This record gives sequence, C-alpha cells and structure tokens, in this order.
Amino acid sequence: MRIVAEGLTYTYNPKSPFASHALNGVNVTIEEGEFFGIIGHTGSGKSTFVQHLNALIKLTGGSLKVGDYDLADKKCDFLELRSKVGMVFQYPEYQLFAETVEKDVMFGLKNFHKDMKEEEMRAAVKEAIERVDLDYEEVKDKSPFELSGGQKRRVAIAGVIVTKPEILILDEPAAGLDPLGKKEIMDLLHAIHGGWCKTIVVVSHDMDEIAENCTRAAVFSEGKVVMEDTPAGIFRRGDELLAFGLDLPVTAKCARILKERGVEIETDFTVEDFITKVLAEYGRRQG
Amino acid sequence: MEAIRFDKVKFMYREEDGVYAVNGVTLSVNEGEFVAVLGRNGSGKSTLAKLVNALLVPTEGKAEVFGLDTADAKNVFEIRKNAGMVFQNPDNQTVASIVEDDVAFGPENIGVPREEIAKRIDFALDAVGMQAFRHAAPSRLSGGQKQRVAIAGVLAIRPKIMILDESTAMLDPRGRREVMDVVKKLNKEEGMTVILITHFMDEALEADRAIVMHRGEVVMDGVPEEIFARSEELESYNLTLPRAAYISKKLAEGGMPVKGAFSAEELAEEICASLRKV
Repeated sequence: MRIVAEGLTYTYNPKSPFASHALNGVNVTIEEGEFFGIIGHTGSGKSTFVQHLNALIKLTGGSLKVGDYDLADKKCDFLELRSKVGMVFQYPEYQLFAETVEKDVMFGLKNFHKDMKEEEMRAAVKEAIERVDLDYEEVKDKSPFELSGGQKRRVAIAGVIVTKPEILILDEPAAGLDPLGKKEIMDLLHAIHGGWCKTIVVVSHDMDEIAENCTRAAVFSEGKVVMEDTPAGIFRRGDELLAFGLDLPVTAKCARILKERGVEIETDFTVEDFITKVLAEYGRRQG
Repeated sequence: MEAIRFDKVKFMYREEDGVYAVNGVTLSVNEGEFVAVLGRNGSGKSTLAKLVNALLVPTEGKAEVFGLDTADAKNVFEIRKNAGMVFQNPDNQTVASIVEDDVAFGPENIGVPREEIAKRIDFALDAVGMQAFRHAAPSRLSGGQKQRVAIAGVLAIRPKIMILDESTAMLDPRGRREVMDVVKKLNKEEGMTVILITHFMDEALEADRAIVMHRGEVVMDGVPEEIFARSEELESYNLTLPRAAYISKKLAEGGMPVKGAFSAEELAEEICASLRKV
C-alpha cells in the first residue's frame, strides 16, 4: 500500500485560545516497500502526521490515501485500515496490561478478528512472538511485567504485528535502550521489513539511525515537509538541516568540516561507507 | 571531601532471585566530581543510584554519604537532603499544576521557612533557566523544559549531590543538550557532585570520570577517554564506542595514522592531518 498525503492540515483545540496548527499542508508520498524515516524536532508535527495514517486522528483538511483507503471518505472502513496499518507508540512497553504475554499479544487480534477461532489465534500469537525473537514456550504464560525492558518492548511490537499489518509505523522504536538494545531492535525491524510488513515508517530523533537504516526520509518543520529524499540527499544539505534546528549524523558533521578544508568525501553517510571512502581517499593520495 | 563511599556493597531485591543486582561494589566519589555510569540495561546502574540516596539500603556491606551510613534510619532524612535524584520520565516527576509550586514541593516537605522557599525557587529556576516559566503549567512544557523543572525541584532542597538516572533518555537532541548544559554548569560553577547514569556515550565524554557496570560490578573506572580507548574490553561488556571513536579506530585499522577521536570535530582534524602527511 502506498501512502499519499496532499495538503494535509490539522489544528489542535480549534477555535480556542490554545489553538495550535500542528500540520500546515503536508505533502509526502511513501512507496510500498520503503523503510521510511520521519525526522523533525519536537512540535514539528511528525507525531500528528503519523497518527493520521491509521485514522487515530481523523482527517480535517487535505487528502490522505493509504493504498485504496481514502481517509477523507466517511464510509472508509477504519477498522480494516487499522488492522493493515500497525502503530507502535513511543515506549510501547508502558501499554502492556494483560496477565500473560500471550493474552497481551492476542488482544489486538481479538479486536480485529472477532470470528477467528481460538486455535488460529494461538497459532498467530505464537508466530508473532517468535518473530520478535522471543521463546514462545518460555514467555507465553509469564506476566509481561516480569520481563526485561528490551523483552517488554518486543512483546509490545508482537502485539501490533500479530495482525500482519502491511504498513508498520513506529514512534522512536529504539529510544531509551542501551546501544546494543538499539541495534537489536533495528535489526529486528529489518528482519520484519519486506516480508512480514511490506513498509516500515520510523519516527526518530537519532540522525545516525536514519542514515544507517532508511531508504528515504522526510524532514518535518513547522507542520510541513521541508525535505523528502534519501538520507544521503538530506544529509548533504547540512546547513539547511542545522537551520531547522536539527542535528547531523557524525559522518555528515565530519564530512562538512572536511569539505571546508578542501577535502571532498562522496559518501552516503553510513558509517561503513564513510570509512571506506576516507580510506580510499587516503590510498589515492598515497598513489 | 569524600561525598560517597561504598564498601563491598551488595544488594539483592528478593531472596528468591538468588542474584545480587549490585554485587560487591567498592567506590569512592569526591565532592565536586562529575561521574558518568555506563552499562547495559540490567547491569545494576539504577540500583547503585538508589543505594546512594537510601531509597535502597545494602543487603551486605556499607554505603556512606558524607560519612553518614545509609543503613541507619536516623540518617535517611539528612542523606536525602544531600543527595537529590532526577528520574527518566519527566511526566512522572511533576506533582503540582504550576511550575513554582512544583519546585516548592521539596523544600516545603523538609520544613523550610516560607521566605526562604521563595528565595530557593528563584535560585533553582534561575539555575536551570526556567524563570520565565515560573507561573506556567508543567503539562504545557516540552520534555527538556519539564526535566529542567524536575532538576530545579531537586536544587531547591540544596543537595550537594545530584543523581540523574537516564534523565535525558526520553528527550529529543535539543532537550538533551539543555539538560546536559544545566548539569555541567551546576558541576563547574556550584561544585555540585554529579552522578550521571546514561546510555549515550557522548554524554559520558562530558564527565570527569566514567564507571562501567556489568552484572552488578564496577568493571572499569577511569577518565572517559581512557575507558573508550579500551574498546575490546568495552565490547566484552556489550557497550559500544561513541560513533566518532568507532570510525577513528576503523580508519587506524585500515592503515591511516589517526589517533582516537571522540567528536566529529576531532575526527575531521585527525583525518585532515593524516591526509596532509601524504
């Protein structure tokens, strides 16, 4: 399913002294199969935007199509849409609530597929728990609160992917984890991407994470998309990003300083590529 | 003066767990030091922090704060006045509906006279740069602003030690910067002893000293640059190098004469220098 937003607007607390324009005409297209990044500092409208994608926020201005679902259409089947567009919020482990891991993961499935048989549900839950690299037999009867932080986050993700959404949206999926935990979560998302969930959309403050993982990204500022490009294309425009109050990946910061000193490194700003290109430049100069 | 002294401290949450969350830590922190504590989730960092301000008391061994034994119930009040703690989630630390009331909560609890409280609110809000938000509702502040209010709430008690338990984890880069700037300023200008628990390796570089915890034990202790130079050892504790340090290490392995760099600026400097040598 392709996501196409045109002229999307949204105002919180309209017609009140607290009115704030969160979206001021967002235009963006996310193709099926992308690992798409959403960048922007707090208050730029990125969370408001992603909450539109599965109609958690109803459309009030502009147009938004997700596959064949037209979200401006009042007759749009929102329940079906939500089963196909999964949303993992920030710190999703705070939303775990059931007595056991199995019941927690099954909750979404029960809501979306009321006529599904118990055995089928169990099988789907097992598959989802195994997909997030947890041992089903070991965790299924445990309370989710007995698990470690990283495991809880996996259970929360399992509870969303259990409906096999075509599009998976995650708000800061790696926030608050230690460096290895971050890498494990990103590796998991790559393993889900393309097969289990065709498209992945990640909201992130971590520019290094965007540079390393995304096929393309959109930069939000003041309720608009101000850049939409590959990470390489975006981070090449470092001055503009800094002007939007955003950071750069370490590789881009370094390349920028090198450029000022007359050393051009053509890189896509992933760490591995940057190392290779710098070493190549060194080799070239050595003759 | 010695601010914190741990002598073979062990702590177990429940006997049936059979494992010590903190397992024999001996540690001394001097007044005015800025110490970063690193380690994987579950390595015992937060437990260590809670042992400092007597939220937990050692199962074995002895923990002292300014010479006061944390296990002695008579000392608890005094210790908590001396060691304030800022937690991870800003929303869980707000108790009042107006910023100045929130900051006043701590001093009110320890019976500070009214006029003195007003002075302390002034001092604390100035220190974190939130004076302009004195009458604002905390719920309408950004994450970084909320954490600065939480820090002000701790400052109003006038502690000598501030413990930050992943207090920047939920913030965006700008919010993180705001909090780190305030913490550094308090350390440098007010001589506040700071214990900073963090997963961000670049934050650890701003400290005078870094401690690495692994399975409840302190396994590395030194100047941050020194700790990050021991990359193999760090990796064995499942920690990673700051990105710039990782890149400089790989370049050196690839045959370039670069020294360890800890920031993008240093890295660029090193690369330029070694390209020029050719």
